[in-house]
Amino acid sequence: MIRFEGVSKRFAGTGGEALRAIDLDVAAGEIFGVIGASGAGKSTLVRLVNALERPTSGRVLVDGVDVAALDAAGLRGLRRKVGMIFQSFGLHSSLTVADNVGLPLRLAGREARERQERVAVLIDRVGLAVHEAKYPAQLSGGQKQRVGIARALATGPSILLCDEPTSALDPETTRSVLRLLRELNRELGLTIMLITHEMEVVREVCDRVAVIDGGTVVEMGAAADIFLDGQHPATRRLISEAGEGAPAVAPEGMALVRLTRRGAGSAAPIDGAEVLEGRIGRIGGESYSDLVLAVQPSEVERLSSLGRADRI
Amino acid sequence: MFENVDPAEIAQACIDTLVMLGASLALTVLIGIPLGVLLYLTDRRRPLARPWANLAVGTIVNVLRSVPFIILLIVMIPVTVLIVGTSLGVAGAIPPLVVGAAPFYARLVETSLREVDRGTVEATQAMGATTWQLVTRTLLPEARPGLIAGGTVTAIALVSFTAMAGVVGAGGLGDLAIRFGYQRFQTDVMLVTVLLLVVLVQALQWLGDMLVRRTTRR
Ligand SMILES: Nc1ncnc2c1ncn2[C@@H]1O[C@H](COP(=O)(O)OP(=O)(O)O)[C@@H](O)[C@H]1O
Ligand SMILES: [Mg+2]
Repeated sequence: MIRFEGVSKRFAGTGGEALRAIDLDVAAGEIFGVIGASGAGKSTLVRLVNALERPTSGRVLVDGVDVAALDAAGLRGLRRKVGMIFQSFGLHSSLTVADNVGLPLRLAGREARERQERVAVLIDRVGLAVHEAKYPAQLSGGQKQRVGIARALATGPSILLCDEPTSALDPETTRSVLRLLRELNRELGLTIMLITHEMEVVREVCDRVAVIDGGTVVEMGAAADIFLDGQHPATRRLISEAGEGAPAVAPEGMALVRLTRRGAGSAAPIDGAEVLEGRIGRIGGESYSDLVLAVQPSEVERLSSLGRADRI
Repeated sequence: MFENVDPAEIAQACIDTLVMLGASLALTVLIGIPLGVLLYLTDRRRPLARPWANLAVGTIVNVLRSVPFIILLIVMIPVTVLIVGTSLGVAGAIPPLVVGAAPFYARLVETSLREVDRGTVEATQAMGATTWQLVTRTLLPEARPGLIAGGTVTAIALVSFTAMAGVVGAGGLGDLAIRFGYQRFQTDVMLVTVLLLVVLVQALQWLGDMLVRRTTRR
């Protein structure tokens, strides 16, 4: 559905390349995550899809069409087929919720009646029916992003681009927005490309994920594989950031091990180990446990037979 | 105490000033907004980025802005005669007023447009908007409070310009103040005209502030 073929991007007047030799394939109907630290090139990557940026070399194909080759009318057509939401929401402060959501339809020259009907359905779908006459300044962050989502869906796109849609939101609101994205993905068969710097977001909604570092894709695969078994240092860094609080400290004479187990029995008890911190949950439909354990140094070897065990 | 003050003359001067202000403000806005939009759009990384055109327009605007208004009044005389047939009276004052104020307002418009949220501009582009739609649906509506605030500043600058235009026979309150108050030492006339100018400026500021408040949704 979205394909990057050897895409590089260099900004005029800057030294290095913001993106280098990117090859990616986003399948129809999946939620594809792109994760990386700040400045890694994530926004540039996603902006290539709706041609807010042009590649320096390589091609970006949407539904088999090279987006750089489109003329002005073709580009407008593409952008109605590809919705986008932003970290800072990008709402019109001078328009009500309803007018914000209806704006893409107005720009596309749709009739007032059709606009009203469509806007009512969309606002209802994102749960903002009682707020439709308010202005963005009167809404919470989560509500603003819901307006952004409704607006992005107004022209019935098949692709939704999300550039850090939850980075300005608290954890609880983040979860509710991600849940909405997941629902829309299922209901509408919407293909979603989601940019984030938080592993937690990948864990919650992504089917597949690419890890980007210094302008290149360093690792790519199923979200569960990357989250539970990512190998690249950049990936490990992003995963460890997902842990909370200060690092665990081993009791005197004990070894500290991080044990990640997947699949059935991943939460089974472990003899002789003290659990210092950890998380048990599901990712991409697979159950897992990710624990930091204190064990006798002689026991470390045995843990490796249970899952991925790293001494820390 | 106000023996020199002729109410009829004052009334006429008030009307002249208001007509000069109204006409020149309308034309200033009519020219300043497109000019400000042009400066914004042709700047680097903007939708119609044209560095040379931007530099050319920007330089003309800066040159006009740096000429003191009193000089502009004089050097404009031939052009004014060409446009309105006379360099005197209310009509003769309007071309130099507009040439003096439009570049000033254009810069204020440009500044207001730059302050429009980047994300909102980007979102509009991502919706498939044409450049025209970007201007009319996003830039101007989102910048409206700033455009009005800039219009207020410009209107007040125009009040003092009209007073200066009085020097070259434009009529209005400034003319009255100079001819009677200054040249004939009729301090009372001077006082009344200055007072009326103060009232006018206050009224403009109040009106502008009210409109800004009403259009701000932040
Ligand atoms: N318009 C631009 N002009 C020049 N450099 C840019 C521009 N946009 C992004 N960059 C540079 O490209 C790199 C990647 O930026 P970005 O894609 O925004 O990263 P991320 O979204 O991952 O934080 C950064 O080094 C940034 O400074
Ligand atoms: Mg970014």
